[in-house]
Amino acid sequence: MIEINGKACSFEKGDTVLDVARANDIDIPTLCHLKDTTPTGACRICLVEADGANNLIASCDTPACEGMKVQTHSERVVAARKGILELLLSSGDHYCLLCESNGDCELQDLSIEYKADGRCLPETGRKSSVEDSDALILRDFSKCIHCGRCVKACNEIQMHDVLSFGHEEGSPKIFAGDNETLRESDCRFCGECVQACPTGALLEKKALGKGKVRDEQKVRTTCPYCGVGCQLWLHVRDDKIVKVTGVDEGLPNKGRTCVKGRFGYDFIYNKDRLTKPLIKQKNGEYKEAEWDETLDLIASKFQTFIEESGADSVAGISCARSINEDNYQMQKLFRTVFRTNNIDHCART
Amino acid sequence: MTNSFAEFEKASMFLVIGSNMSQAHPVAATFLKNAVSKGAKLVVVDPRKHELVNYADQHVQLKSGTDVALLNALMHVLIREGLYDHEFVTEHCENFDALWDKVREYSSEWAAEKCGITSGEIVQLAHTLAEADSAMLCYTLGLTEHVTGTDNVLSVANLQMLLGNMGKRSAGVNPLRGQNNVQGACDMAASPNVLPGYVKVVNPEVRERFAKFWKVDSLPALEGFKMPEMFEGLPEGKVRGLWIFGENVANTEPDIRKIEHELESAEFLVVQDIFHNETTRFADVILPAAAWGEKDGTFTNSERRVNRVRAVSSAPGEAKQDWWIFKQIAKRFGYEWESDSAQEIWDNEISMLSPNLGGIKYHRIENDGLQWPCLDENHPGTEYLHKDGNFTRGKGLFNAVDWRPPAEVTDEEYPLILGTGRRLHHYHTRTQTGNSEGINDLMSEEKVDISHCDARNLGIEHNEMVHVSSRRGQVKIRANITDEVPHGMVWMSFHFRESNANWLTNGNAFDPVTMTAEYKVAAVRVDKIQAQSSEQEIA
Repeated sequence: MIEINGKACSFEKGDTVLDVARANDIDIPTLCHLKDTTPTGACRICLVEADGANNLIASCDTPACEGMKVQTHSERVVAARKGILELLLSSGDHYCLLCESNGDCELQDLSIEYKADGRCLPETGRKSSVEDSDALILRDFSKCIHCGRCVKACNEIQMHDVLSFGHEEGSPKIFAGDNETLRESDCRFCGECVQACPTGALLEKKALGKGKVRDEQKVRTTCPYCGVGCQLWLHVRDDKIVKVTGVDEGLPNKGRTCVKGRFGYDFIYNKDRLTKPLIKQKNGEYKEAEWDETLDLIASKFQTFIEESGADSVAGISCARSINEDNYQMQKLFRTVFRTNNIDHCART
Repeated sequence: MTNSFAEFEKASMFLVIGSNMSQAHPVAATFLKNAVSKGAKLVVVDPRKHELVNYADQHVQLKSGTDVALLNALMHVLIREGLYDHEFVTEHCENFDALWDKVREYSSEWAAEKCGITSGEIVQLAHTLAEADSAMLCYTLGLTEHVTGTDNVLSVANLQMLLGNMGKRSAGVNPLRGQNNVQGACDMAASPNVLPGYVKVVNPEVRERFAKFWKVDSLPALEGFKMPEMFEGLPEGKVRGLWIFGENVANTEPDIRKIEHELESAEFLVVQDIFHNETTRFADVILPAAAWGEKDGTFTNSERRVNRVRAVSSAPGEAKQDWWIFKQIAKRFGYEWESDSAQEIWDNEISMLSPNLGGIKYHRIENDGLQWPCLDENHPGTEYLHKDGNFTRGKGLFNAVDWRPPAEVTDEEYPLILGTGRRLHHYHTRTQTGNSEGINDLMSEEKVDISHCDARNLGIEHNEMVHVSSRRGQVKIRANITDEVPHGMVWMSFHFRESNANWLTNGNAFDPVTMTAEYKVAAVRVDKIQAQSSEQEIA
């Protein structure tokens, strides 16, 4: 057992102090910590006070051990966290007014909670250092706190080994490849790094300028691409999807997506969508038609074929991209209405 | 899949056959790589040295279309050396003697020659499999898109039963399904031989049960046409009306010239889709449909998990829900179908008709979905099938099969094997990815993958435009010189129209049982584009 804030908590070998606290619903803030990856202890925001230890310890990489007594919000701890936040704020350009992450930023949340504003220290951070080399991800280095979550997401979750810690002109910088742009590097654009980022340093470009986070609704759905069936959050503003993230605890993907799942959603808003039934004319041109007229035409044609040549003269190919209910309905139409088993789909290809 | 993605984490070994998972099922690949980094063994069986090979303990780089030879030889070694799971085979399987009689003929030396590998590699893999606590066997279309697709699948099942790798966690036979809802489309019986729940249409009792539920006097008794038969029926007038729902067959069927001829000769073609595409060009009627993001419903993933799909936007213009369209046609024939939403169709029809889905109702799958079989509303769903070696049919049946070569083999005129498939950034014919902002920027054209050796022999440089030709057609495409394909093989996707692999694939070679086309083997040649032709044009 260990004691956290006076509460006795059981633990298993290998659990960190943070694991035990989280399992017992005790709040310890984190920034660099990323679930299912190895701890780095980089940000120190998860510092706690342990009886018998002179220094505050990082709870994310300190194993729980028998008899340990921990305070998560002692005066000393709170002051230390505030100090860390002041440093982080002064080291970059954390100007929230126009930041896409305003309202959805862990650094902002903690700064408010710990009353840190970065004004007590001279500003040292880089200004307006933005990489805008592709259509999907924007990297704003001035908002990067070098917590390394993106590096962990890239190397330990997705295992693409593209991002790493580096230095440029004496300052720390997260490198893509050999300090290349994402586009130049071997980046697969899975966006796991963007999802992991606790600030506005990594952003989905397609969401920029499309409303505010506070007006956003999140709707859970299933990815429309491969057969893994990743669970996705659709971030919806004004009835439109503006970005996609993985559902953290959702099976089977546990928060992960690939490039298609994360960025391949806006085809539904493409201006070239079919919007009206179309009937081919004798001259080969298509003419817009009303639904009733179009459905009547299909019904009469199929009726004629069935009467003249038997039910097996009509056939249907269903859609493995669409929902179960549509597939069920199409085979039901062919079997019960047209009276043929000529119904198939692409499973065989 | 007999097993589940969540079991990747605890797997002690993976045998991945014909699956370029990092490109085609990227998220599944991350879990596999995570497990390998924590000590799981990985053996990749593939003609291509794709990304997973970098993580593999062994890469068996067999020739395309030699899977049965390899699998039979593996079983030969396992049985001859007594390394298989005697207890599992004795208690849970039947027809072992027939299997041994067959694979006895497949020595590792013989198979090695057919597969283009060494017999030592086969023996090594057999030993690794025998030593592993269990192994998850994963495959994709690299195993099935062959004239021997069915035999290949039977063979991997034989192997896993022989090793006792069935009916337990982190084991099994796991096809990673290519499309989001191909599992569901099968479950829903969008197939010519079965009704929902995989019961045969030829069974009169089954038909009677369904006819009663659907309130019709009878149901058709004969199996229907499979897709290739439907297309072949168009020019001869056997099929007069064809309705294609959401599939761009003009780009996805093998041999584009053949399929386009067939579509062109259709007397009446209905195409229901979300965009104009190469297939809508042949339609007499085009119906605008609601897309993902505009419809409520369910998809069923590879691991049999029925997940919710939700609408957040309204369909543009007059585009309609697909189920609504079918219902309106039924109405015109005098049938009033009651269900009037996807939820009603699922809860009141699908889950009532199919016992394995009986316990799955919308209210139970608000968050994580449920995996079938899920027999009643208290059933938790099924993480893995055939628990404790109890197969659906009772005992697991070994199906002894012989190796047969691919339909098309290389010759002097067409000396290279073409393999085909998908790449990471795009999906199929790009109806979705190509119309999503930013994805085309990541991959704007297709290139033909060619080995250093073949490129050197042909005098081709990286990124040079070349001709790739087969007996069906020719494409002009940029060459990508890579280690990923071996000497003698080239590889292309079917994402882009002009450079679509299906101008070249074989439209007349099918698995005799499933009629799956042999997309993975076509004989082709690669030629430099001669400067003289442009000079002639100028002249």
